[in-house]
Amino acid sequence: MRAEESFQLPSPSKVNYINATYGLKSWLLTKDHKRIALLYLGSVTFFFMVGGIYAMLIRLELLTPQGDLLSSTTYNKVFTQHGILMVFFFLIPAIPATLGNFLVPMMIGAKDLAFPRINLLSWYIYIAGGLFTIYALLAGGVDTGWTFYAPYSTTFSNSYVLATGVGIFINGFSSILTGLNFIVTIHTMRAPGMTWFRMPLFLWAHYATSLIMILGTPVIAITILLLAFERLARVGIFDPAIGGDPVLFQHLFWFYSHPAVYIMVLPGMGVISELIANFSRKNIFGYSFVAFSSLAIAVFGFLVWGHHMFVSGQSAYAGMIFSFLSFAVAIPSAVKVFNWTATLYKGSISYDTPMLYALGFIGLFTIGGMTGLFLASMGLDIHVHDTYFIVAHFHYIMVGGTLLAYLGGLHYWWPKIAGRMYPEGWGRFAALVIFVGFNLTFLPQFVAGYLGMPRRYHAYPPEFQVFNVLSSAGASILGFGLLIPAIYLIWSMRYGKVAESNPWHLPGLEWRTPSPPPTTNFEVTPIVTWEAYEFAPPEETQVVGKLKGTEDLDDADVVIGGRPTS
Amino acid sequence: MAVAIEHEASHHPGLQHHFENMEQQREAGTLGMWVFLVTEVMFFGGMFFAYTLYRSMYPMEFASASNHLDLTLGTVNTVVLILSSFTMAMGVYSAQLGKQRNLVISLILTVVLGVTFLGIKAVEYHEKYVDNLIPGRLIPSAPFSPAGVHLLPGANPQKVEMFYWIYFAMTGMHAIHMIIGVGLLLVILFWAWRGKYGPEYHSPVEISGLYWHFVDLIWIFLFPLLYLLGRHFEH
Amino acid sequence: MQSSWLPFMPESASTNSDSVDALYLYLTGVTTFFTFLIAGVLVFFVIKFRRRSPFEIPRPVAGSLKLETLWTVIPFIIAMSMFAWGAQIYFEQIRAPANTNEIYVVGKQWMWKLQHTTGQREINELHVPVGRKIKLIMTSEDTIHSFFIPAFRIKADVLPGRYTTQWFEATKPGRYHLFCAEYCGMNHSGMIGTVVVMETTEFDNWLSGNSNQQTPAVAGQQLYQSLGCVSCHGTNGEGGRGPALAGLFGKQVFLTNGQTVVADESYVRESIEDPNAKLVSGFGPIMPTFQGQVTPEQVIQLMAFIKSLQALPAATPAASPRANSAAGPAAAPPSTGQAQNPR
Repeated sequence: MRAEESFQLPSPSKVNYINATYGLKSWLLTKDHKRIALLYLGSVTFFFMVGGIYAMLIRLELLTPQGDLLSSTTYNKVFTQHGILMVFFFLIPAIPATLGNFLVPMMIGAKDLAFPRINLLSWYIYIAGGLFTIYALLAGGVDTGWTFYAPYSTTFSNSYVLATGVGIFINGFSSILTGLNFIVTIHTMRAPGMTWFRMPLFLWAHYATSLIMILGTPVIAITILLLAFERLARVGIFDPAIGGDPVLFQHLFWFYSHPAVYIMVLPGMGVISELIANFSRKNIFGYSFVAFSSLAIAVFGFLVWGHHMFVSGQSAYAGMIFSFLSFAVAIPSAVKVFNWTATLYKGSISYDTPMLYALGFIGLFTIGGMTGLFLASMGLDIHVHDTYFIVAHFHYIMVGGTLLAYLGGLHYWWPKIAGRMYPEGWGRFAALVIFVGFNLTFLPQFVAGYLGMPRRYHAYPPEFQVFNVLSSAGASILGFGLLIPAIYLIWSMRYGKVAESNPWHLPGLEWRTPSPPPTTNFEVTPIVTWEAYEFAPPEETQVVGKLKGTEDLDDADVVIGGRPTS
Repeated sequence: MAVAIEHEASHHPGLQHHFENMEQQREAGTLGMWVFLVTEVMFFGGMFFAYTLYRSMYPMEFASASNHLDLTLGTVNTVVLILSSFTMAMGVYSAQLGKQRNLVISLILTVVLGVTFLGIKAVEYHEKYVDNLIPGRLIPSAPFSPAGVHLLPGANPQKVEMFYWIYFAMTGMHAIHMIIGVGLLLVILFWAWRGKYGPEYHSPVEISGLYWHFVDLIWIFLFPLLYLLGRHFEH
Repeated sequence: MQSSWLPFMPESASTNSDSVDALYLYLTGVTTFFTFLIAGVLVFFVIKFRRRSPFEIPRPVAGSLKLETLWTVIPFIIAMSMFAWGAQIYFEQIRAPANTNEIYVVGKQWMWKLQHTTGQREINELHVPVGRKIKLIMTSEDTIHSFFIPAFRIKADVLPGRYTTQWFEATKPGRYHLFCAEYCGMNHSGMIGTVVVMETTEFDNWLSGNSNQQTPAVAGQQLYQSLGCVSCHGTNGEGGRGPALAGLFGKQVFLTNGQTVVADESYVRESIEDPNAKLVSGFGPIMPTFQGQVTPEQVIQLMAFIKSLQALPAATPAASPRANSAAGPAAAPPSTGQAQNPR
């Protein structure tokens, strides 16, 4: 029978989504978005750890210039697999599929996503794609770089391109389904009173991300399908030897993969908006500007893919338009940074761990974003294209941005997810270690890149060694720093302090239901009467539930929660 | 009273627990299908982009190969699909009015027309196989050979293959969508037979109809682009 | 030169590199300024407005259209300055000036094969003189490579089945790195070499010391005969059943389909490998394809031959490939090609 129907709610604090039903089957067949979020949490963490091991191998190899630890073939496979796992199986699903899955319905006051079965299906698709990729890695690996450039990938590589391609193709449908679910949910399932402009910015960011997911992902799917077709049938789709055009592959690939960068960073920006507002107890400065900048990024993000191809032989005038639009798409990101900073003005700023991650994010994202301008500038891109400069740039966005936001969000909502507090002291310590380790890893790579060190080099001229040693040292600190939260978060699930329903004293809907929440999220449908980030004294921020004296009424018409509008 | 209506509606057997009412559920389902169709447009869009690029690179080769396609079968298939769209629309209309018998008949007709389309497509594919026009070495015993294609002046026989992979990729993808569509309609047909749909609950029929029309629409684009593009060179 | 006193700057050895460095320093300056501005304001706010009592609730703030406009417009103006500057450098970089010395580059897994118009061949090493404009005409035999000289701040992808070009003018003698920047398989990191920039006289000596090699134009002429091109295009490219080739290069060509194309490297290659793709007006589709019969290097040699016909359409074509006059006394002996076919 359906798990959700098989229990009553005697007392919200005792029965919750975690202990409502027991057994492996109840998890693997769950349709509860919160349980699916946890399934995702476990699996993205797994892929992140495998990808992290590859990163460590890369950094070990590059300690010395000769390339003596791994053979060049092994090294090529290691950086390829690091990229594939991190991009397709960690960064893209990380925030939307875990935090987004958990919180989108709760933040709008819904019982679940619009299509719970499709939500579960998306996790199985993700796992199936992951298994294909893992199979390819175990069978012998793939050495094309995560970009799969033709004709190398179609004609020259002898590695497991086909199996990996199938894995990524399958995995794409998982993000299409997630995006579809979010869009429909946000459109149709908002609780009464939850207007578009009362939505937390986390939701705006996820809405924009979903748009990219549904518009971009099908294009990479068909691209990879054509690549596989070419490898199987030896037709000249992309290989010029048989009539194809290798630059077409690059166009199709980047048409998805540039917007995919925004799939990775937009949800992170959503998390940061939540953290900055909530931990300074201020409403976001310029709410609508931050909200619309997410949409602007989603739309303009589709028009800039050609800036990956300034030296690939595309027309110079096309390049100029792409360069112009790339500068234009930087503006909404800058607007966000300024608004976050302004939000802190005259706030009441706490130094809890999530806030430390948020502050770190703003600093690192500023550097990551500004160095993106170097690459959008055509004359400069000629020199820094395919060097360590760009490696450093996108790690600042993806690790300094997405990963920090993910960790910040995980800490912030951990009391809600696990029903337990994480240890605050360890949390702050780990945040600091990660920040230091990250900068030590990637700051030297900017310098090495401008000095001319090309990326994807297994051995390199000795004058670059000093930067690589610094980078490897930083990577070990970063790796150590990332282990700390992994340990204490698992520890806290059992031994952490029991969390209240609203430990941070915040107005968001997700904090007005018990921690951890019941399977249906809210005992009754909430009615929203407050704006986003409208802070009130704790006694006025009520938990969603039946008001006294209304217990005999039907669920549907009970008025709930929050402080009355002034 | 609004509350009372909601209350009553919530007992409809088709209502899933996490929706407030039937109206919300129907809206979500329809919007979901529209969003899905948008992803489909982008999916085929990648191939249309490749088609445009290669047709401009190899215009005469594309024209020659296109002329070699079977125009009669292509036209018949177009008519078959347009008819099936009509019967599908009749099905949705009957479901809305609660005419169960008409709904079942329309669905059966749609499925039959869909299968007819696939059958004709299979005949066409077989012709290509006989003429050694399956691109690349997909069929190891019969590698691609442009010998059977009448070349227009200026066409390079070595590049004729570029048309055929695009033809097979696009029509193949379309055929896979047709097969999924037929499967979907068979499920709907089963439930319609059991009398599940009526005036207040018919969104699965509507949603499947949207999908079916979309797949037909793709063919409406494919037909001129693949079958008609080179005909004016014949005269 | 200009930036040698700054730390962490690569060597600057071409006319292009100083302007790229100037743009780089501008962007670095702006980035540093904004990073410190944001970080400074953040730290200041975080300390000044720290939470002083657990239950304080600050007054909510309405946004400010004035501020939003300000921090949209100012970054936009700065971004546009970067865009314009970057585009200007880019266009200078991709448009090769007139009167360049050409060098042919063929990339293959995993080496660079280079050839001067005077015939000298080099592998993974490129000798060039100071102060002369050098244009690289590049193609690949297999997958995509990218020809990158950090000290000159130049890079361009090298594609199979296409010709891409880039140019530079070295300003400082020395030895500089040459990298493949586009991942190309197993030994990608071994596809590196050295660019040796020499003083002009030194370079001329080097050239004459290596002068016993065929020029690509002469090799091209031999191919022209051995492949049978002569029978239709004429001994000196004067034409016959096929269109005339003398003086063809760089000119407009009228096609049977009514269009015109410029006869550049890509057109010549296409016409050798796929003759019917762009038929010259007035000629029938009678030429067979040479795809698979000529390597990219041989296409380059044929191209060099056709270019040499342009210089002296009337005289014996192999006598003076046009780069000779520019490159000094290193004239390749032209006799061998006429005498007999090498294959």
